[in-house]
Amino acid sequence: MSTMTPTPANDIQDTLNGLLSSELSTDYLTIHIADQIFGIPVLQVQDVLGEQKVTKIPLAPPAVAGALNLRGRIVTAIDVRCRLGLPPAEIRTQNMSVVVEHDGELYSLIIDRVGDVIGLNNDSYESNPATLDPVWREISAGIYRLDENYWLCWMCLCS
Amino acid sequence: MDDLIAEFLTETNESLEELDVDLVKLEQDPNDKELLSKIFRVIHTVKGTCGFIGLSRLEGVAHKAEDVLGLFRDGALEVTPEYVSLIFESLDRIKYIVGEIEVTGKEPKGDDSELINKLASVLEDGGVETTTNEELAAAFAIPDLDEDSDDDVAEEAVKKTESSGGTEPQKARESAIANQSLRVNVDVLENLMTLVSELVLTRNQLLQIMRSSNDDSFTAPLQRLNHVVSDLQEGVMKTRMQPVGNAWSKLPRIIRDICNELNKKIELDMKGQDTELDRQVLELIKDPLTHMVRNSADHGIELPSERTAMGKPETGHIRLNSYHEGGHIIIEIADDGRGLSTQKIKDKVLKNKLATEEEIENLSDLQLQQFIFKPGFSTAETITSVSGRGVGMDVVRTNIEKIGGSIDLKSVEGQGTTIQIKIPLTLAIVSALIVESGSERFAIPQLAVKELVMTSVDGENRIETIKGTPVFRLRDNLLPLVSLQELLKIVTPHSPSAAAEDEQVKEPTNNYNGKYIVVTQVGSYMFGVIVDKVFDTEEIVVKPVANMLRNIDMFSGNTILGDGTVIMILDPAGIAKSTGDIDMAERNDNDAAQRAESRAQDKTSLLLFKAGPGAPKAVPLELVSRLEEIKAADVEYANDKMVVQYRGNLMPLLAYDSSITFENVAMRPVLVFSDGNKSMGLVVDSIIDITEHHLDIKITSAIDKMLGSAIIHGKTTDIVNVSYFLQHIDSGWYNSRAKKTLNSHGHIDDTKRVLLVEDSPFFRNMLTPLLKVAGYDVTTTGSAAEALELCDQDHEFDIILSDIEMPEMSGIEFAEELRRQDKWQNIPLVALSSHTSQHDVNKGIQAGFHSYIAKFDRDSLLDTLSETFSEARKDYGEAL
Repeated sequence: MSTMTPTPANDIQDTLNGLLSSELSTDYLTIHIADQIFGIPVLQVQDVLGEQKVTKIPLAPPAVAGALNLRGRIVTAIDVRCRLGLPPAEIRTQNMSVVVEHDGELYSLIIDRVGDVIGLNNDSYESNPATLDPVWREISAGIYRLDENYWLCWMCLCS
Repeated sequence: MDDLIAEFLTETNESLEELDVDLVKLEQDPNDKELLSKIFRVIHTVKGTCGFIGLSRLEGVAHKAEDVLGLFRDGALEVTPEYVSLIFESLDRIKYIVGEIEVTGKEPKGDDSELINKLASVLEDGGVETTTNEELAAAFAIPDLDEDSDDDVAEEAVKKTESSGGTEPQKARESAIANQSLRVNVDVLENLMTLVSELVLTRNQLLQIMRSSNDDSFTAPLQRLNHVVSDLQEGVMKTRMQPVGNAWSKLPRIIRDICNELNKKIELDMKGQDTELDRQVLELIKDPLTHMVRNSADHGIELPSERTAMGKPETGHIRLNSYHEGGHIIIEIADDGRGLSTQKIKDKVLKNKLATEEEIENLSDLQLQQFIFKPGFSTAETITSVSGRGVGMDVVRTNIEKIGGSIDLKSVEGQGTTIQIKIPLTLAIVSALIVESGSERFAIPQLAVKELVMTSVDGENRIETIKGTPVFRLRDNLLPLVSLQELLKIVTPHSPSAAAEDEQVKEPTNNYNGKYIVVTQVGSYMFGVIVDKVFDTEEIVVKPVANMLRNIDMFSGNTILGDGTVIMILDPAGIAKSTGDIDMAERNDNDAAQRAESRAQDKTSLLLFKAGPGAPKAVPLELVSRLEEIKAADVEYANDKMVVQYRGNLMPLLAYDSSITFENVAMRPVLVFSDGNKSMGLVVDSIIDITEHHLDIKITSAIDKMLGSAIIHGKTTDIVNVSYFLQHIDSGWYNSRAKKTLNSHGHIDDTKRVLLVEDSPFFRNMLTPLLKVAGYDVTTTGSAAEALELCDQDHEFDIILSDIEMPEMSGIEFAEELRRQDKWQNIPLVALSSHTSQHDVNKGIQAGFHSYIAKFDRDSLLDTLSETFSEARKDYGEAL
């Protein structure tokens, strides 16, 4: 993704620290991709959309699925599976997407499934393991420990 | 910064802008009392206001300047350029201080005493005692005191203007108008515009729904909504409109400064200042305009002495003119200066290696002038403080093209230069043509679209290919084409690349059947964009694309259509950039250049097809004039031979192999070979592909039909001997054609002997039958050495055709050798080559060739031969 400007991990960290310090717990919207659960701070989420008509953008980076119209604003759709280097879903039952704002622009993240909004205690936050896939490190700000499995906390992936 | 100061700054900035213009006017007409009072008033207001809010430094300068202006007004002091310059200096100081206040909120530290003293000395010249100096000192210390004196002066000023007569009522009117207008923050207007744009889109959406629904009850209110929205849109647009004169207000001052600095005499005429355009556009053209006017004054207009020497009036003129023309604003900048020097441009182009000498040779003056839009180009010999730093016209053009405008330049050396800028009225809403390519829709700004052409398989609107590159002949001009689908790499199951990969049958001619060509113009470069479908035009609001997509040149933005879908807006300039060098677009006839270019490579374009059993067959694409699909039902039999009615003529058909018949098939692909107005068709099984490949015949063939076999893309491929088929078809018409050609030239009464020197068996085999049917007696040799042997053996020929690139002895060496000995010295020598650049031709002529022709150009080969004979005959006649 040399064509995209990667957000320095520091920025993510700063935002996260801001969130972590201000409150004891943070609310996240959970989303499911492949077998992994991800979280987006709920305040960044603008919308959750069902199946949308997406206009393809030729010559765009592969992760860009296209553009769609959200109440008069143009939203860039990102195929999260592609961005993460995952294969396309074999059977995509429902095409859900979460709209987030980044740098004044809206991005629609196409994902497998949307979960719930959960509040997470900041005590269970841990920074990214050093061995994490570099592609994932770019978009993950850290992880939270859940009861049974780890999951990544996700700040922005439009970069 | 408090509101008071902010208000003061806005007001002062505005009046100062006006002052620049007014002072220059004053200098030209020192007796204009009204103008003088106006200038006086402005300075007075500045002084008064800053005294009021305690800006002492500013006040000091303004005060003195006001005093000098007062003397002008009273007639105590004559208005001279020196004095005006001094006022300008004071103005600049005021501007500087105001600028600082704007940034820091405080007056900057500094000393104005030098300037004040200069002003004071002027006052002395005018007979005013220097007591004002003390007054001033007091003013610096105690602002209150000054306010008193301020009032006095104000009163005085009012009295004086009153006494000056008739101007007063007009003044009152002016301020009345001023009271009716109000200041609105630009952001508010911008926001309003965006909202209106959205409203327009929603209305369009509603109208579209309306069209497809049968419910009548909404018709009337929708109609009304439609009108109101249109009016609203127009109204909001108006709020953003500003007279173009606003962008010009700085120019008189700039010209004046240049005149002083360079000792030139220039008059600036401005027309159409009231022409209004969107303020966003205005902002964007301000700098380019200033730059161009500066250029005209600096480089264009000559020194007075030079001008008189050339018989021109001493004073140069720069004319600015602007007017509306069909949804555009035209701004013209014309000067009567020295114009662009073609020679200087040439030198500069060569020096900067922007083009080679040969390339320049063929360019018209107009094309040469386009070079000034290239980056890093400045014809000025010396760099003045004013311009000539080489960051110039390219930036100007980029800026203007960015806003969808175009720039045109006309220049006659010695007579002046005219630059015409065409810009859209507004950027917010543009009209766009919606097209479809590979099942995706795109918008093309209507501005760039010149016309639409629907293509067909045959007839006039046929897309032709030159070495696989599609081109189109538009009213005798060759139009380069670019397929949108290929450009944007849109892959559909039917796309050619996919078909080729699947080894499927494809018909190149049918690829473009029923498609549309959007004829697009960027600057002076015209090209066609091939699209699948064309819908109607829509008014769209251009929205910038997301940051991560900015680097894709092909799109200038995106938008939401009436039906709510997002659509990408194509950027014609980006497309043009990707298709070639837009500056060097040769509109007159670039097909010769293209052909030359296609030959400049060793590779040959081959048409691959299947016919009969065995390996795939190939034939040089240049020999094929068209590909057709002939229906079995259309095939008729005359004299036991297959014929088909084709374009009003009978075209004989010949199957490549006896196994290929029209039985049990609906249609078959046919390769059409044409000569003059006669054609023949070669029936084959299927067309495979068109490919570029180096033709290297590995095995020569014993079968007449084939020249031999070559390896193409890793497969053994038979190269078809076209001349075999040409000869095989009713040979009568070939001969008749040949006779006709020769008779028309009327010079050949006995058979001419031609020696063909060519190392490649392929070309030997191709050219020999061609020359034979044209009525020549042909002898061939495979090398120059063999040809020289024939010479030694006292063979005689009337003309020698020789290849240039040959092993051992090249054509050039061969020609030089021939000119050295005496036997064949006078035989006309014609060069045959795949390289026909001007440079090569020159080299050939130097070596002794009479003319130079391209190998594939059959017509020019025959023409050249008969011409050469006629010339030789004439020379002979003259010699007698």
